[in-house]
Amino acid sequence: MMDTEAIYQEPSVSEIKHLLENKFKGKVAVSKTDVRRVHAEILNKEDVFEVCNYIHDNLTFEHCSMVMGADMIDHLEVIYLLTNYYSGTVIEIFAKLPLDDLHVHSVALIWEGANWHERETFELFGIIFDEHPKLKRLLTPDTYTFFPFRKSYKLRGQE
Amino acid sequence: MMVVENTIDTFDSPPEERIGKDKYETDAMWIYMGPQHPFSHGLWTLKVRVDGEIVTDAEPVIGYLHRGWEKEAENREYPKIIPMADRLCYSASMTYTHLYCMTVEKALGIEVPEKAEYIRIVADEICRIQSHLMWLAAVGTDLGNLTIFLWGMREREYWLDLNVRLCGQRMTTNYPRIGGVRNDTTDIFDRDVMRCTERFEKALWDIIDMIDSSSVYVSRMKGISRLTREQCANLGVTGPAMRGCGVDFDLRRDDPYGKYENIDFEVPVLTEGDTYARYMVRIEEMFQSCEIIRQAIRKINALGKNAPYRLKVPSKVPAGKAFCKLEDPRGESLMYLISDGTDKPFRLKVRAPLFTNISASRPMVKGVRVADVPAVMAMIDVCMGETDR
Repeated sequence: MMDTEAIYQEPSVSEIKHLLENKFKGKVAVSKTDVRRVHAEILNKEDVFEVCNYIHDNLTFEHCSMVMGADMIDHLEVIYLLTNYYSGTVIEIFAKLPLDDLHVHSVALIWEGANWHERETFELFGIIFDEHPKLKRLLTPDTYTFFPFRKSYKLRGQE
Repeated sequence: MMVVENTIDTFDSPPEERIGKDKYETDAMWIYMGPQHPFSHGLWTLKVRVDGEIVTDAEPVIGYLHRGWEKEAENREYPKIIPMADRLCYSASMTYTHLYCMTVEKALGIEVPEKAEYIRIVADEICRIQSHLMWLAAVGTDLGNLTIFLWGMREREYWLDLNVRLCGQRMTTNYPRIGGVRNDTTDIFDRDVMRCTERFEKALWDIIDMIDSSSVYVSRMKGISRLTREQCANLGVTGPAMRGCGVDFDLRRDDPYGKYENIDFEVPVLTEGDTYARYMVRIEEMFQSCEIIRQAIRKINALGKNAPYRLKVPSKVPAGKAFCKLEDPRGESLMYLISDGTDKPFRLKVRAPLFTNISASRPMVKGVRVADVPAVMAMIDVCMGETDR
């Protein structure tokens, strides 16, 4: 039995699956594993910060490769790709956000590199990252009041 | 032993008293470097707050080139995105096209012919060398050495000529295809590549000699803008800038894609973490790229002339999610594809290495002199096309 509180520098894919499922019973569902890849879903968006904190502190995933949003029409998704520099393993986690509550806790306090990724996701999709150090528009002008990467925003020829 | 007293920079009184505080006191102020500043190499602004000569705070401003690349991609069929991927970054066009094709292939679940994989490796490394030479030329002008600019550009032309031999284009090559590459290598391509690598390694030593013998050049880089390994990892800095700070990670070795696992090469890593280390890593990478090219060319020759180099692929991609990572000349680039079963992507996200590297410019320039800011920012090799997308 592995200790879920211990710190692992180079956990293997099966160890990560085991640790995440034991530590967060009923909160995280590991859907698929592959060579150096773990795909998991955070069932409740309130747990994003806690899970990310655990992955950073105990599983030594020092690098946040990317945070992105996606408009799945009936809901929005926020996807995180996290990298371990010792083994090259990538954890992909995603959480679903209902259209009427687009709030999720920011991970920029864990990985500073996620700061701009979250700002970009905010301005393009309208996902609000709570407790982000500076949640302002980055690529688009400050005067924009809409979120251009949502599916409801049509390009010419898409109607 | 006679002790020589240092009189040049030793004063009896502290500087405030010497200047006369009420007379010459300067307020801290914000200077806008950019968007049209020679160091910026593209449209972006670095706001720096200076206290005298020292930078105390900084804030990068981007978005001048934002053209909605990812949204545009949602409106096009899969093959039509290849030329668009070329234009994400003019000097790393081959790696972005390769990355895009690789991501779609992963979503399709197909294996590319072995020969195509090795041709892509050669193309990627040619792209890496010419991108690094473009960077070297830019660093030369940033630090006031025009000879390095001319020599760098001259060497780059030989590599661009190889691109012409391979696919008929110098820069935006439009060469990789979903399922392989557009055309096979030409008859004497291997001979040309071997000659070019041999020549280039000698020429690169000339450039290194010139740079290292110039104390002005070296003193503007050594010991400036130090970052630790932990800082670098947390800030999301990737690529040569990260390996100069002691993070021993290269996607080609540690998370191999294509056929890189069959290739034997070293990953240069330095632990100094200053600007000079980031510069040395890029120089060393060019030597390693030459070695990779030679090995890949031998593999292509061993496969023979008639080996397949392209597959026929369906135009519709099954619904699902797929992502791929690739070691770009500037760092870790990544594409994330969500497909819905049609012939157009539902969502295609690009993670550009420069986007995150520029966001780390505040800790990089904090504490350096304002005249050294160009030297520090040159080491992340700015390209705004991929940053703003």
